[in-house]
Amino acid sequence: MTATRAPRLPDANGHFGRFGGRFVPETLMAPLIELERAYRAARRDPAFRRRLQALLADYAGRPTPLTLARRLSERCGGALIYLKREDLCHTGAHKINNVLGQGLLAERMGKPRVIAETGAGQHGVATATAAALFGLECEVYMGSEDVERQSLNVFRMRLLGAKVIPVEAGSRTLKDAINEALRDWVTNVRTTYYLLGSAMGPHPYPMMVRDFHCVIGEEAKRQARGAFGRLPDYLVACVGGGSNAIGLFHPFIGDDKVRIVGVEAAGHGIGTGRHGASLSAGSVGVLHGSMSYVLQNDDGQIATAHSISAGLDYPGVGPEHSYYKDVGRFEYASVTDAEALEAFQALARLEGIMPALESAHAVAHAMRLAPTLSREQAIVVGLSGRGDKDVQVVARALQ
Amino acid sequence: MTRLSRTFSELRRRGERALIPYFTAGDPSLGATRALVLEAARRGADVLELGIAFSDPLADGPVIQRASQRALATGVTLAQVLDLVREVRGEVRIPIVFLTYYNPVLAFGLKAFAHAAVEAGVDGVIVADLPPEEAGPLSTEGRAAGLDLIHLVAPTSPPDRMRLIARRSRGFIYVVSLTGVTGTRGTLPPDLVLYLRQLRAVTTKPICVGFGISTPEQVAAVAPHADGVIVGSAIVGLIEAHAGSERLVPEVGAFIAALKAPLRSRA
Repeated sequence: MTATRAPRLPDANGHFGRFGGRFVPETLMAPLIELERAYRAARRDPAFRRRLQALLADYAGRPTPLTLARRLSERCGGALIYLKREDLCHTGAHKINNVLGQGLLAERMGKPRVIAETGAGQHGVATATAAALFGLECEVYMGSEDVERQSLNVFRMRLLGAKVIPVEAGSRTLKDAINEALRDWVTNVRTTYYLLGSAMGPHPYPMMVRDFHCVIGEEAKRQARGAFGRLPDYLVACVGGGSNAIGLFHPFIGDDKVRIVGVEAAGHGIGTGRHGASLSAGSVGVLHGSMSYVLQNDDGQIATAHSISAGLDYPGVGPEHSYYKDVGRFEYASVTDAEALEAFQALARLEGIMPALESAHAVAHAMRLAPTLSREQAIVVGLSGRGDKDVQVVARALQ
Repeated sequence: MTRLSRTFSELRRRGERALIPYFTAGDPSLGATRALVLEAARRGADVLELGIAFSDPLADGPVIQRASQRALATGVTLAQVLDLVREVRGEVRIPIVFLTYYNPVLAFGLKAFAHAAVEAGVDGVIVADLPPEEAGPLSTEGRAAGLDLIHLVAPTSPPDRMRLIARRSRGFIYVVSLTGVTGTRGTLPPDLVLYLRQLRAVTTKPICVGFGISTPEQVAAVAPHADGVIVGSAIVGLIEAHAGSERLVPEVGAFIAALKAPLRSRA
């Protein structure tokens, strides 16, 4: 098997090729440099690693299983579809991997307060959970449109002791929640830890969040060898900011025979302009502290994204995805709202698993892909979260 | 000698400090901005800062966020603001600098932007989300075209960064007075004077202070420790309050005159 070594990225200034970096107000530069130092020191510290591993096992419920979706595979014909079950993590999504890591880091750095942004509410719930566990004060910024469509998660955050701050600016979704969280951090940076929820934003976040999620891909690699004696032919995961995808993909980058596909939200369809597919239909720009593919007009104004899934309703993407798209190692596909809804129902009826609408995008692409492959081939789908939070949205969409 | 360096050396010679008012270009309309620019120059502004609106202004508080939204709602573009500067250049001698975020500049093209700005009569540019580490490409194009890239220093910048920024900044150094976003504040940060002294010790370049300065009293308090004072949100708030009224230009003009008074030489 040919295995090229994955390049050691990002570089010292947080660049993945021409992407990434730290495009932030000067006020945040020293804090970001301090955060990177603290993170690198923590990563080297065996005590930190032991604590994180123990929490992932005893609190988050890792390892998560790799489930063969037998009836779904039969229905599609062709390759076998396996699901990497991040939906079974504590709090119902992969987000817990990152918040436990960063929560420990916040504690280690002596910051009494954490803030976060959230789109679907999954990262907000995860952050509120970690804050409760570590005894930290927690405030979560959430676009007011998302507050409305994800009211269950808003209530969960409040029950966990967090304060949810609705953001009325701009498109009132994830993009605006991130702006507001960054403004809070600029103001309160001395006492506050910004617990960013995806592999995006200024360096060191894309690297750090990726590292905390790599456990997904490392487990999947081991489990694939156990389940079918080799590596999968395809990895498929949804990409909004791209954290679950980079966590699943990264440990396989050097395994050249594994094809890697990120699935973006095509919303109403790429041609309509109402979508969240930055990699498929965007151009290079700077948003939220890093250079990456973004949805924007000719004047460099950021466009409003659209997806039925709040977690994919974002006009940017993590810089490492942009890099691996450009060098050709990752491929990107897109799935419409309607296709995601179909996949949501198919997985519920055929496997008894309700995926998050985000994850349903990955399932939908796997359902397209499987019939083009042979029975001997295997697809591993990142099932990043469970769909309980989306039941109302799905019910409304199906009416 | 550039217009910016000439302005600051003349002010220093007269024992004066610069007043640098900020307007978001296109708020409430490009026509109003044009009238405000002429009025500001007439009423005592020494340098003008024109904001190029960006959809996601993460360094700005609510007042300038709203101004950006109003400007974008009128469809204003960077190219139109360049035209505006070109038009007023015949009447306005004082330096004009742009304040914006990196993405609109990147979308315009760094080289094209630097040349078009200089050709229109723009003297410098401040990019709120472009620290020195990322500023290489724009700085190179700016130098080639003769456009000053003005860097910001913040209260969280440690001494080594302060020196780096002082060395890299051209035209003047923009001192962010406080740890936060733009917007008016009741009081100035208590450690501001100490921080300005530290910066002064490492540079001879002009030092201009902005963020949270909104009254003639606050301007007077900062004046002895700086070469210039930047007032943004307080002016933009006044524009918001008088948009569409014939009082807009005289009200803003009177406020600018009041802000400039404590900066004149105490002869």
